[in-house]
Amino acid sequence: MRSGAAVLSTLLALGCARGATFGASDQQNFAQIENGRYLTLLADCAACHAGVDGTPFAGGRPIQTPFGVLEAPNITPDGATGIGHWSDAQFDAAVREGRRPDGSRAYPAMPYPYYTKMSRSDVLAIRAYLNSVAPVHNTVVANQLPFPYKIRSLMRFWDALYFTPGQYRPDASQSAVWNRGAYLIEGPGHCGACHTPKSWFGGDELKHAYRGYALQGWFAPDITDDDATGLGRWSQKDILEYLKGGHNRFSAAAGPMGEEVMDSSSQLDDADLAAIAEYLKHQPGTAEHDRPLAASDPVVTAGAAIYADICSGCHKADGSGVPYLFPDIAHAPSVASRDPATLIRVVLQGANTVATNQEPTGPQMPAFGWQLSDAQVAAVATYIRNSWTHAAAAVSEHDVRSTRQALALER
Amino acid sequence: MTTKLPPKDVVIIGLGWTGSILAQELTEAGLDVIAIERGPWRNTATNFAPNYAQDELRYRIRHELFLQPAQTTFTFRNKMDQTALPIRSWGAFMPPNGVGGGGVHWNAETFRFLPSDFTTRTHLTQRYGAKFLPPDMTIQDWGVTYDELEPHYDRFEYLCGTSGTAGNLKGEIQPGGNPFEGPRSRPYPTPAQQQPFSHTLFAKAAAELGYKPFPQPSGNLSQAYTNPLNVRMGPCTYCGFCEWFGCGNYSKASPQTTLLPVLVRKPNFEARDLCEVTRINTDSTGKRATGVTFVDSRGNEFMQPADLVILSAFTIFNVQLLLLSKIGTPYDPVANRGVIGRNFTHQTISDVESFFDKSKFIFNPFIASGAIGMCIDEFNGDNFDHGPHGFVGGGYMGQVQTNGRPIQTLPTPPGTPRWGAKWKEAARDSYLSALKPGTGVHGSMYSYRDVYLDLDPTYRDRLERPLLRITMDFHENEIKQNAYLTDKFAEIFQAMGAKQVHKIYRKAPYDITDYQTTHLCGGAVMGTDPKTSAVNRYLQSWDVPNLFVMGASGFPQNAGYNPTGTVAALAYWSAQAIRSQYLKNPGPLVQA
Repeated sequence: MRSGAAVLSTLLALGCARGATFGASDQQNFAQIENGRYLTLLADCAACHAGVDGTPFAGGRPIQTPFGVLEAPNITPDGATGIGHWSDAQFDAAVREGRRPDGSRAYPAMPYPYYTKMSRSDVLAIRAYLNSVAPVHNTVVANQLPFPYKIRSLMRFWDALYFTPGQYRPDASQSAVWNRGAYLIEGPGHCGACHTPKSWFGGDELKHAYRGYALQGWFAPDITDDDATGLGRWSQKDILEYLKGGHNRFSAAAGPMGEEVMDSSSQLDDADLAAIAEYLKHQPGTAEHDRPLAASDPVVTAGAAIYADICSGCHKADGSGVPYLFPDIAHAPSVASRDPATLIRVVLQGANTVATNQEPTGPQMPAFGWQLSDAQVAAVATYIRNSWTHAAAAVSEHDVRSTRQALALER
Repeated sequence: MTTKLPPKDVVIIGLGWTGSILAQELTEAGLDVIAIERGPWRNTATNFAPNYAQDELRYRIRHELFLQPAQTTFTFRNKMDQTALPIRSWGAFMPPNGVGGGGVHWNAETFRFLPSDFTTRTHLTQRYGAKFLPPDMTIQDWGVTYDELEPHYDRFEYLCGTSGTAGNLKGEIQPGGNPFEGPRSRPYPTPAQQQPFSHTLFAKAAAELGYKPFPQPSGNLSQAYTNPLNVRMGPCTYCGFCEWFGCGNYSKASPQTTLLPVLVRKPNFEARDLCEVTRINTDSTGKRATGVTFVDSRGNEFMQPADLVILSAFTIFNVQLLLLSKIGTPYDPVANRGVIGRNFTHQTISDVESFFDKSKFIFNPFIASGAIGMCIDEFNGDNFDHGPHGFVGGGYMGQVQTNGRPIQTLPTPPGTPRWGAKWKEAARDSYLSALKPGTGVHGSMYSYRDVYLDLDPTYRDRLERPLLRITMDFHENEIKQNAYLTDKFAEIFQAMGAKQVHKIYRKAPYDITDYQTTHLCGGAVMGTDPKTSAVNRYLQSWDVPNLFVMGASGFPQNAGYNPTGTVAALAYWSAQAIRSQYLKNPGPLVQA
């Protein structure tokens, strides 16, 4: 609920906003505003640009990056602290080129390397929509990075290395659905921002596109068509159901992906989700896969006993779970990701899966961190990663200990 | 100081089964609904995670999920000439508390009452004559029939995914089900649960004695289920920790696993937990409720105005709140006038422990669920001729052993010392080869003029409100009924090959320290005459037409079954009347 102070600041902001330029958008052009609302959902602007209290677009929510903490700016049409005074050209440059009105560089936590694929009319539709939301007076100090990253001008070099400006160009050899999917994923959907491996400097390693990347204490899994670690076993319907409802017969969305489903993909048109599924099913996996550890390996044996004792009640002895309720971890590829961060985290801390209109249940996995030692978590995770359809590197006690420490810091 | 809150269309008092059902139905009708719950919010992984929920000491012995007597309690006496004293530790029943209410800790036995149970007085008078009934027995007809409730029973069973075998489909008797049940419009949504060894053995022996055994209808599901609201449930794992416990596997039907996930997404639904309603407010005429007054956990007082008040707390709290709010005429057993507190009932439960040859029988009693069991219904309601026996009523009976939890399920043969080496040896020898069904004989309790509820003249709770006083004893009719049923029950264990059978009859006086069930009923009963009922056939208060009173407080007497199925069916029945009649024309739905 909004506090009285927030309402007051909104009223003050309304006063301040008078005389702001708002760009050229026509607030009676409802078709454009509605298109902008949809694109804003698609681009999931709200995910980062929320206020600390959740006020949409007010900015200030801290964003953890490997380089330090950033706070997303206020993008409400407030004249003093938001973007009310920006011209349309300034807004377009910020979204598609990562250039701020003062000429300085944005950090690529703002996914302009993806948004650059949008058309100018799409960007201006987003602007038109943002102009229609309530202005909020909220000053945000965006850059709280340590030296040397706090030097914005360094981003010139980053752009030179990793930023390819330019609108999406359809591939005539592919279907219209594929092209729509490609546009959505490569552009406003910016899926690669989490799911594509990054270089030391945080640039996308495009030759490994969508093969998964660790961030914010989770591993955004491989979403290529890889049978072992990606979505190879998922049909397009499975992908659509997952994005729409947060759950399918294999898996459930929690953590950052749960937020994505809630704030963005659950609200998208089925046709767009089908296009996303089509494009993902065309992303090649890797040929290199781990070999499974032997079932006789003592760690695997110990893990099997722990699994039978505490996991099999819900996930079943054969890992198959209950469709749409308890993930089928025999087939959920994410448990066999090359980086076990998500698996360790979920065993230690439990998980709140997302609840949606489509799938309102929102089942929760309880935490086991209080019950299992680091060695036991490592054993059960190693067992899961090397059972049924899976083959993946063993999880070490050290991995578990580090995750425990990181989770303690998050609290 | 009292803070007045913005008005709502509906205020719901108590967010258990009936509160959740009414909240769902009335939000669907577009109304703005607030539910006020005395206890805490509870959800599966936080409050009954499967890696710690199976803790008998914490939940069964120390009653963690229940109301704490320090918060409020009741006074009790057997006879009207005694002085009632406060209950300081729960015994005969367990008052629920918190979101989900009794729906969290129940065993999920999901029965329907017999068609004749709804016309008890008419039916028994027609068959046996009015003189057959004891003169002080105050049983009466419900004002609603089985046929009217059938669609609502069905609705609840499909909400919960109830597992069972139909015995009567549209009038056709079905093999393997209960042939005595009323006709049901369609089969159970999921098949009956698999039965463990002892339950199967009981069914075999019962069939050989000429009975028709059937699996107990269970809200612990035999398989995964998706209900009509698209809420998903998992299959039961037979962990044997149901009654007194929350289910960590999403497999026991509860408000949490069937309704609340949908309710909490609705913008026109709001819930306040840890807030206790202290009074239903009425206007100066006393004929119209204006809302409720409640206190939060810090003692701050609030007033919540509303157009419609749904009283959906547990049986005895419903009665207490009506008395404290001065709604309806309090029952006076001496003058035999008034209705609030009248026809209070419980259940007549007894058991048989049986001991088998440990070299031949290994029952593994820990493989169980709360509603597992094979039952017979030959001795329930009026399914048998009571003429020769001199009593009325009855109950189902069955091998319904729901657990092998070590603190409470450690039967030893009669004559075993209570402690020491000989006790240890007997406990060890018997654990796997003895049977101890929880509520083996599930007998009815009919209503009497001197069994009732009123406000205690002496004791008060933490908010200075008079405690509710329970005056309750068993009458000869129930003692006879129980002796007859318990003997019949024991015969089946004998036929199973038990070497020793120990009958534990239910006897007078009613013992407030000995757990029977939490099936307290009556006190604000439904009926067709405002002189003998507090609410009409739609559970609408005769005195305050914008107040509806849910729950077993409306039962004029208790039948020989677990009440939840009927409680929920009545809630849907009442909700339908509110939606289709009351909202269009607010006022009395039945003219007195």
